[in-house]
Amino acid sequence: MSRSLLAPSLLTVGLLAALPSFAQSHAGHDMTAASPPADATPAPAADVDHSKMDHSKMDHGAMDHSKMDHGAMDHSTMGHDTPAPTQPREPIPVPTDADRAAAFPPIAHGAMEHAPEIHSLLLIDRLEHWDGKNGNGQAWEASGWIGGNINRLWLRTDGERSEGRTESSGVEALYGRAISPWWDVLVGVRQDFRPADSRTWAAIGIQGLAPYKFESSATLYAGSGGQLMVKAEIEYDVLLTNRLILQPLLEATVASKDEPEHGIGRGLNKVEAGLRLRYEFNRRFAPYIGISHERAFGDTADYAGDHARDTRWVAGIRMWF
Amino acid sequence: MSTRIPPGPGAVPMPSRRLFVQGIAAGGVVAGIAAAGIPQRALAAASATPRLAGAPSVISDTRVELAIGESLANFTGRTRPAITVNGSLPAPILRWREGQTVDLFVRNTLGQHPTSIHWHGILLPANMDGVPGLTFNGIGPGETYHYHFDLKQSGTYWYHSHSLFQEQAGLYGALIIDPAEPAPYRHDREHVIMLSDWTDMDPGALFRRMKKLAEHDNYYKRTLPDFLRDARRDGWSAALSDRGMWGRMRMTPSDISDINAHTYTYLMNGTAPAGNWTGLFRSGEKVLLRFINGASMTYFDVRIPGLKMTVVAADGQYIHPVSIDEFRIAPAETYDVLVEPTGQDAFTIFCQDMGRTGYAAGTLAVRHGLQAPIPARDPRPLLTMSDMGHDMGGGGHGGHGGHDMAAMKGMEGGCGASMGHGAHGGGETASKAPKHPASERNNPLVDMQSSATEPKLDDPGIGLRDNGRQVLTYGAMRSLFEDPDGREPGREIELHLTGHMEKFSWSFDGIPFAGAEPLRLNYGERMRIVLVNDTMMQHPIHLHGVWSDLENAQGEFQLRKHTIDMPPGTRRTYRVRADALGRWAYHCHLLYHMEAGMMREVRIEE
Repeated sequence: MSRSLLAPSLLTVGLLAALPSFAQSHAGHDMTAASPPADATPAPAADVDHSKMDHSKMDHGAMDHSKMDHGAMDHSTMGHDTPAPTQPREPIPVPTDADRAAAFPPIAHGAMEHAPEIHSLLLIDRLEHWDGKNGNGQAWEASGWIGGNINRLWLRTDGERSEGRTESSGVEALYGRAISPWWDVLVGVRQDFRPADSRTWAAIGIQGLAPYKFESSATLYAGSGGQLMVKAEIEYDVLLTNRLILQPLLEATVASKDEPEHGIGRGLNKVEAGLRLRYEFNRRFAPYIGISHERAFGDTADYAGDHARDTRWVAGIRMWF
Repeated sequence: MSTRIPPGPGAVPMPSRRLFVQGIAAGGVVAGIAAAGIPQRALAAASATPRLAGAPSVISDTRVELAIGESLANFTGRTRPAITVNGSLPAPILRWREGQTVDLFVRNTLGQHPTSIHWHGILLPANMDGVPGLTFNGIGPGETYHYHFDLKQSGTYWYHSHSLFQEQAGLYGALIIDPAEPAPYRHDREHVIMLSDWTDMDPGALFRRMKKLAEHDNYYKRTLPDFLRDARRDGWSAALSDRGMWGRMRMTPSDISDINAHTYTYLMNGTAPAGNWTGLFRSGEKVLLRFINGASMTYFDVRIPGLKMTVVAADGQYIHPVSIDEFRIAPAETYDVLVEPTGQDAFTIFCQDMGRTGYAAGTLAVRHGLQAPIPARDPRPLLTMSDMGHDMGGGGHGGHGGHDMAAMKGMEGGCGASMGHGAHGGGETASKAPKHPASERNNPLVDMQSSATEPKLDDPGIGLRDNGRQVLTYGAMRSLFEDPDGREPGREIELHLTGHMEKFSWSFDGIPFAGAEPLRLNYGERMRIVLVNDTMMQHPIHLHGVWSDLENAQGEFQLRKHTIDMPPGTRRTYRVRADALGRWAYHCHLLYHMEAGMMREVRIEE
């Protein structure tokens, strides 16, 4: 069993390495951009326009004059064509005190209503019943956020029940900050309720939309006793139609320490690969069916015994609010 | 004191409480849309709805009371709350004459919420402009605001709420100012054609939905079968390369409009297509059609099969007449169009949305009850990389490996090399790589930057190219008058339209309104605004208080407007004569883009 560890662990390492590098490479591109000053910069008229106009406009002598003769030239001596006047054809009215009062009336604080800047989303990505060779049960995975465009509070939960018993469940609360258009960094805590004793983890992670629209996340958890775990997940939507959507998913967990009492073995300990086919009756509500293969590796597999590998049929619903 | 409004045909008494506007608004359905997979909405209910023919009432008194209140409307078979003026949706047509002074007593009967009316495109003192928080304090519940201003211009304009999402809920109407001097054209009859979009959703809830899942209405994404078809047609490498480019951008080429007919019912003069709004004519008459796009989020492509249209004014201002078959009208724009219907008893005015998901329609007919065939919607367009200002060395989008890299670089934030191509002809040789403002860099709210933008003034736009019809372009329109100011711009301000599709965050230069400093103009100056579109969406940009004088590709005065449409991949310039003191709103006229941050204050000070 430990022989087959190699390929998936390479995949996992590759995945973990790739996620941050997407963000970095983006930043790198940004740095190459020229950086003119921000808006409201008075630019000399020649700066932008002439470079692009010269070729096509050399033959329009009159117009070129009008573009170039800012102030420096004496218009009064140029009686021939129609250079741009320095005074407006329609005179600018001289403002009166009444005009000034009408232009800047006292404005009460808060007179402008703004659309709310705090928004939220609760996505129940998977709420399913499963049926495998070792029994059946239920599983869920949901995430939600509340906040603005940049700073958000994230809540995530996942868990699994088997034969009427909760095998594992956890809740995470994280502060997330957008560090680039597509990536958020998250920091917070995770509370496991099962298996064995409940356990609290510090969590730091990254999540976002990788190029080619892979929904990705990787989180490092630090628990009591010096245990470090990394969980990475990647999923993708294959549109068979605009409502019938096939979603492959890959999830992997790696641990730094052997913890038999928690059923955790060192190294790659669990990989789950799923394929779910959902139908979006509307955007908010989509039932699905699918198949999921879960496999434990190394010592984790030994601790799991019969449950080390399982292929399950799943049926569930995906919803958001 | 204020006078009461004379009840015109179809007018409803002052609404001190909710009442139905069903009769006036002509409950309707999205007829013929079921075929496209859009839920059919209670056909029976709507066709049973009694309907009053014709437009909203016309008010021509210069001393008017307008009561803003909540009414119930039914366009889809469901009765929903609407915000109306004098119980009417659209609001009454205000019709005055250039040179008059008007007094409007706008009363808020909403009960809880403040309100406002902005007179779109009208030159007036700032405290009459109707933008809460910038030019006045808004109109609180139970309050009346006295608008008082001189009419210094003529043409087709409109008015709408500038408070949160009230415009979406129905608060918009036509404002027509007859010229003091005779118009430069003759017409025998005229009709106002106000186009709009209606949703049964609470507009605030719709905004919240956009923030959760901006792609909600995009049921037109390319699928696996589409990919296989393209691979068979173009070869695997071309198809993969094309999907790769879009995939690396995390975008989809079918994102033509944020909200479409999956959410909206499109209205003509407050009438859904099934209600068949009808404007009468006699054969041989010259009929002036005053088109106004009062929609919150919808671009319409308008044509009247069987009729040539002659455009004589844009945004209320006369232009040299242009003969066309079709025009695209951005939200907030107005076009005056002459037609000479003859040879048929009925013509369909067909206004499909830019994404081809639905349409507003009505009929020009010699009598009520007639209808001409409604054409099929055009094929749905897909954006290309060159549409979005990603230089592909000639506008192609089939793609080779080398192009991928250039496009990728541009998308990821750097400036791709500009390779100037004259794909759109017409002397538009201004192709260049824009310099992006520093505030766009490393900005999580900027998901795209263009690498090669052009004015594209002669481009009919996405979905309208090579369709066999003569389509209006900005390049084809010239003001009937010389530059009224004449001075060269003394300086220029460049602003980039920016956004993040998925976060549904919109901004100028990557800075949403809440965190932006005002743009300051000096009273009396003539300056130039340069807009560069760094998004894949189209934005109609409206500057309050002063005109936006669009320049041609050579930087010369061309067309006086109040709303400048900015397709993706464009860089357009216009002149501003800062002759109105005050704090003016400057924003994208897609309502939800404005509310999501694509707005600035422009402060004109001495």
